[in-house]
Amino acid sequence: MTKSILLVGVGGQGTILASKILTTGLMEAGYDVKMSEIHGMSQRGGSVSSQVRYGEKVYSPVIEKGAADIIVAFEKMEALRNLDYLKESGTLVVNDEEIPSQSVLIGDETYPPDALEEIQKHTENVKVVDASGMARGLGNEKAANMVLLGTIIHAMGLEEIHWDAILEGNIKPRFLDLNKKAIQMGMGAVAG
Amino acid sequence: MKQLMTGNEAVARGAYEAGVRHASAYPGTPSTEILENLSTYEEIETEWAPNEKVALESAIGAAIAGVRSMVSMKHVGVNVAADPLFTWAYMGVNTGNVLITADEPGMYSSQNEQDNRNYAKAARWAMFEPSDSQECLDMVKAAYDLSEEYDTPVMIRMTTRVCHSKSIVKLGERADVPVREWVKDPAKYVCLPAIARNLRVKLEDRMQRLAAYSETSPFNQAEYREGKIGVIASGICYYHGKEVFGEDVPYLKLGFTNPLPAKLIRDFCARLETVYILEENDPYIQEFVERLGVSCKIVGKDTFPPYGEMTPDVIRTCIHGQGHKTIDFDRSKLIARAPAFCAGCPHRGLFYRLGKRKDIMISGDIGCYTLAAGKPFSAMDSTVCMGASFSIGHGAQKAFDLTGSNKRVVAVLGDSTFFHTGINSLINTVYNKSNTVNIILDNRITGMTGHQDNPGTGFTAKGRPTTLIKIEELVRAIGIRHIRVIDPNHLQEVDEALDAFLALDEPSVIITRWPCALKKFSQADQDEFTDLFITKNKISEDKCTGCRLCMKAGCPAMSFDTERKKAVIHHAQCVGCDVCTQICKHDAIVKEV
Repeated sequence: MTKSILLVGVGGQGTILASKILTTGLMEAGYDVKMSEIHGMSQRGGSVSSQVRYGEKVYSPVIEKGAADIIVAFEKMEALRNLDYLKESGTLVVNDEEIPSQSVLIGDETYPPDALEEIQKHTENVKVVDASGMARGLGNEKAANMVLLGTIIHAMGLEEIHWDAILEGNIKPRFLDLNKKAIQMGMGAVAG
Repeated sequence: MKQLMTGNEAVARGAYEAGVRHASAYPGTPSTEILENLSTYEEIETEWAPNEKVALESAIGAAIAGVRSMVSMKHVGVNVAADPLFTWAYMGVNTGNVLITADEPGMYSSQNEQDNRNYAKAARWAMFEPSDSQECLDMVKAAYDLSEEYDTPVMIRMTTRVCHSKSIVKLGERADVPVREWVKDPAKYVCLPAIARNLRVKLEDRMQRLAAYSETSPFNQAEYREGKIGVIASGICYYHGKEVFGEDVPYLKLGFTNPLPAKLIRDFCARLETVYILEENDPYIQEFVERLGVSCKIVGKDTFPPYGEMTPDVIRTCIHGQGHKTIDFDRSKLIARAPAFCAGCPHRGLFYRLGKRKDIMISGDIGCYTLAAGKPFSAMDSTVCMGASFSIGHGAQKAFDLTGSNKRVVAVLGDSTFFHTGINSLINTVYNKSNTVNIILDNRITGMTGHQDNPGTGFTAKGRPTTLIKIEELVRAIGIRHIRVIDPNHLQEVDEALDAFLALDEPSVIITRWPCALKKFSQADQDEFTDLFITKNKISEDKCTGCRLCMKAGCPAMSFDTERKKAVIHHAQCVGCDVCTQICKHDAIVKEV
């Protein structure tokens, strides 16, 4: 059975690296894997998404609406924006982070204070994680992406994969320890 | 060895394994990474050409002279390259030549949507349509063999999802392809009318031989199964379709799609009552099948849209009336998150001032700066295609002049776009005498596609130093007499240049020179632009009146604290370009010390 993981966020939050580590691990574990990214002008502060699908045989790299087993949102508004991708029985992990858009900055729109409540109103399986705060605690806010990767690993039961070895092949040595700890922390954050 | 690769990476790998030695391209989403990846192979000489026509011609030259060559571009690039494209098909290759067209159903980063399979058909190129990364690699390799065996150039039609999706690829070894020595052969390579008439007849013969290949090509495969409902699909639609129709219905997967296999399609359809045809954009396969006069019912573009991506969602909804059950929520709570100029973007200062001018029409172009059309700048009135700003601006100015309007045209394009086709347009402006103000946004790199070198940067695609073509010298040589090079972060310089040149009755050029804030600065950049983004600004809270004027800079490093009614500058993002400092009327923005 093909599983679908949707990672969403804002350009620059590290969704691409997180999905690269994730897909490499899945491939090494023997799964067929496909990943799709749309990244036209996203470097300029737009919404970004990485769609990861794995299983015995994967056909389309694209996740249909209402079909994601898990959505990991690196930002609250992006969680809400993509809520219709979640399966009814799916899990939603949200980083408790708010990044205002250009329209908010210039005063055209207001960032809704109740974005999280709106999400929780419509779906039960929501886990709010302060990934950015945890990463800051580890000394580098940029490792929030690895905390969130950790939440995927736990939620999808992928602990058996040798993530440390995958990290070693993809991350600069001086950031290895930080990233390993961040993944562990993320796994812990959604456990139980 | 197995590796997860994007389609673009796999195309480059396929070219490497096929023994390609020369490649040329102009960057354009979603094709850019093909040449970037080709550049990582030592054995392949790669070039960023100034435009797609030049890129194709360079690749044609290499193929005539005896090495396998590749040229890659986005869909609209093929329009630029269309002139050599048609005649090159007449001539045939010496060594293999492959053109990659990266089409963009859904227009994620494009100004239009066009189905370039029509080009293959019209120009009579052999064509493949890969559906995943492994096929990208396999088809590229097959394309070179086919190109040489049938003496034809070959097109590979990709789409954004194929270009940018990753799937698992098995890697092979690089083939040792010998050079085929060039021999003088005007009857093949000089398309004089008398010669072209001969080649035109031979071209039809070649297409017939390719049609025979298409019937037995390993890339055109029928999966016969029980059932009266079947699917014909090409490209990624094959996999999207499998999500919806499952494994239990018959499929005809078409990977070699010009010419199409008539007999294979007839045989496939003969067993069916209904055939669904899944293809992105135009009814290219559908019209062919309809002309064959098959007896089964054909479901195609009457049911599926001829625009956008044919994702599983779209296919499912078109067939079943609805997709999967989804969670409903209050969409009024969504905020837009459109892309914006980065902190420190050198376009900000120019467009902030330009947008405030009255009685001007701003003729725009293709690049990051097209974002100036939106809020808060509202500083772009037209955008059509690469290099068009100067020529459309010229025509508009002529019309204003002819009709007694006092409106003036300011035309704007980027450095790479100027080299692409803006030069021709500027020559037209000078020759045909209009007094447009032409602005070249020289941010020292090709910005929007992710920082590729161009003739103005001093480096090649391989990162080697090369002759740097100076824009001011070039425009002076064309005949522009009024040229100013300004720092776009200095608003007074912007105003003075605009004032001076809008008063002229002959054409002028303003070059705004400041590097893209995201660029990896070369030594030359650091020598030329001193103190490059080394300071940061902050709000002096006692002076900030909360007037929000600085928000009109549209800078992602700034926000407004509505409770305290003060502007905020985010330390991590600010690069100290000082545009906001100059906008503030209360001296409330100061340097951090």
